[in-house]
Amino acid sequence: MIELWRSVNPRGRAVIALALVILLALPSVADRYVLSVLTLIFYFAYVGQAWNLMMGYAGQLSLGHALYVGVGGYVAALLWLKLGIGPWLGVFAAMAVGSAFGAVIGWLGFRFGIAGVYFALLTIAFAEFTRIGFDHLELTGGAAGLFLPFEEKRMGEWWNLRGGQLLFYYLALALASGATLVVALMARSRLGYRWCAVREDETAARALGIDAFAVKMAAVLISSAMTAIGGVFYAFYYNNLFPSQVFEMSRSIELILAPIVGGIGTVFGPVIGAFVLTPLGEGLIALTEHFGLNAPGVKAVVYGVILIVIIYAMPTGVWPRLAGLFGLKDRAR
Amino acid sequence: MWSIYLGVVIQGVLTGLVYGLMALGLSVIFGVVRVVNFAHGEFAVVAMYATYVLFTAFRLDPLLALLPLAAVFFVVGYALQAALINPFVGRPEHEQFILLVGVGIIIVNMLLIGFGPDARPVNLSYGFDSYEIGPLLIDKPRVFAAAAAIAVAAALFWFFRRTRTGAAIRACADNLVGAAVVGLNVKRLYALTFGLGLACVGAAGALLVTIADPSPSLGPAYTLIAFVIVIIGGMGSMAGALVGGVLIGVSEALAGFLFAPSMKSMFSFALLIAVLVLRPQGLMGQRP
Repeated sequence: MIELWRSVNPRGRAVIALALVILLALPSVADRYVLSVLTLIFYFAYVGQAWNLMMGYAGQLSLGHALYVGVGGYVAALLWLKLGIGPWLGVFAAMAVGSAFGAVIGWLGFRFGIAGVYFALLTIAFAEFTRIGFDHLELTGGAAGLFLPFEEKRMGEWWNLRGGQLLFYYLALALASGATLVVALMARSRLGYRWCAVREDETAARALGIDAFAVKMAAVLISSAMTAIGGVFYAFYYNNLFPSQVFEMSRSIELILAPIVGGIGTVFGPVIGAFVLTPLGEGLIALTEHFGLNAPGVKAVVYGVILIVIIYAMPTGVWPRLAGLFGLKDRAR
Repeated sequence: MWSIYLGVVIQGVLTGLVYGLMALGLSVIFGVVRVVNFAHGEFAVVAMYATYVLFTAFRLDPLLALLPLAAVFFVVGYALQAALINPFVGRPEHEQFILLVGVGIIIVNMLLIGFGPDARPVNLSYGFDSYEIGPLLIDKPRVFAAAAAIAVAAALFWFFRRTRTGAAIRACADNLVGAAVVGLNVKRLYALTFGLGLACVGAAGALLVTIADPSPSLGPAYTLIAFVIVIIGGMGSMAGALVGGVLIGVSEALAGFLFAPSMKSMFSFALLIAVLVLRPQGLMGQRP
């Protein structure tokens, strides 16, 4: 880890340190709204990093990551509601179940040579299949949803993740920074280099003796387990789970926008992407309200146009451009 | 008892043929341009709304609205490919994905602004008529829609098999470098192909109003259905798209009848997973 820190150039170190100090100190001055937006940014940075590992590094396009969010959230919520097992323990079960789903998808996909768009469709199919399954599952309340009790007297039970905005702000910050650190470490590990080799040219990678199947499976397992943790956060932050909301394909899309806009296959891309897109969405809401354009679609139309413009102007993402501009690019990407 | 099942299956086949026409557009686009049109279902819903408007304003029958809609959608597709999508040909899938997802988001929300979230039914005068064949009752509009879908698909088959332009487009799909070497204008042919793909969608959209009432939320669902069909049938195989459409239509109808209508697409996805694993090139596709 010390070696990793050394590989960042001095200007980069200063920016990282400054950003962390500001974000840690911010709750003492910022209001609830700002904190809630930042919490959302951290959440998207976190799940974006999880997706980034699989797509950006191992080159496997998943368009069904909402599956892992939903499964993780449901497992932890059910364990707490039915058995009284708190989320700090439940998260391990969530990770296990999430990565079990990932293992099935990965095994089917990689064992049978399903790649590219076909693999992406396989991930969507599993997510949709699970969504409809949960719609009809009695145990989880079906389409009517699962609710986590939110009582005043239990506020502050941090061991059950019952708390105010502040708790979730710091939790999300820890998740996002932790995931970024994990990605940075993985990118420089043996496995990380193997991922990149498989991503760039799988045949060549196999000729060099890399077990492509094992390497890709590792990517899916790690990514799905990480995403499931995001699901636990989602469940306890929003206190409700609806199959039609958590498993929806638009959720999977939402989750991959930040890393793509920020720049996939880079350590800071997903973070920057989340910092660009989430405030953009919030700003658009504020702006359309300000001008009295209360039609529900206006915000989304502008959002769609901006997406097209970004992917047109900066197909490799915002971060590589930014990093070059400010001289922040470190040697390990 | 068997007649009830037979009726359900026939209903499924008729619906499936219309789905198949929609998926045919996707298959043609992917097979030639190699761009994944993730806004496919959204375009179909635009065509459904256009049919609704033509019907309420001019009493134009969907079966007749099909022709002008196909023409307009051809032009839209041509322009879209030439102006927006061409730079993305050959680029990584996720970049194409974001581009077309952006297009899809814009379409769905424009419809939401224009028409609101509620479904807008097209009430045909013969909407509840049906043919009686022995114990079977078959919906008249669906028979017409299926027949029209077959006609449009046949026209497209003819175009690809019997015209020089069709052959040129097939050449682009088979060997891009070779096609460019013999002097084919690949960019123009790609735009033409995208136009043809969207013409299928325009026609299919006009027919879809006999199956479902247009609402903005149908867009993503139809995109998924089209993808499932194309993969089951085999990407790039035109006959496969129709076969896949019929399979999905029947599977949806049977699942809706035997279990619950809300569970019908679960079986489509199960079918997709099975096909991907057992025969990844699709039922009628060739091994790459």
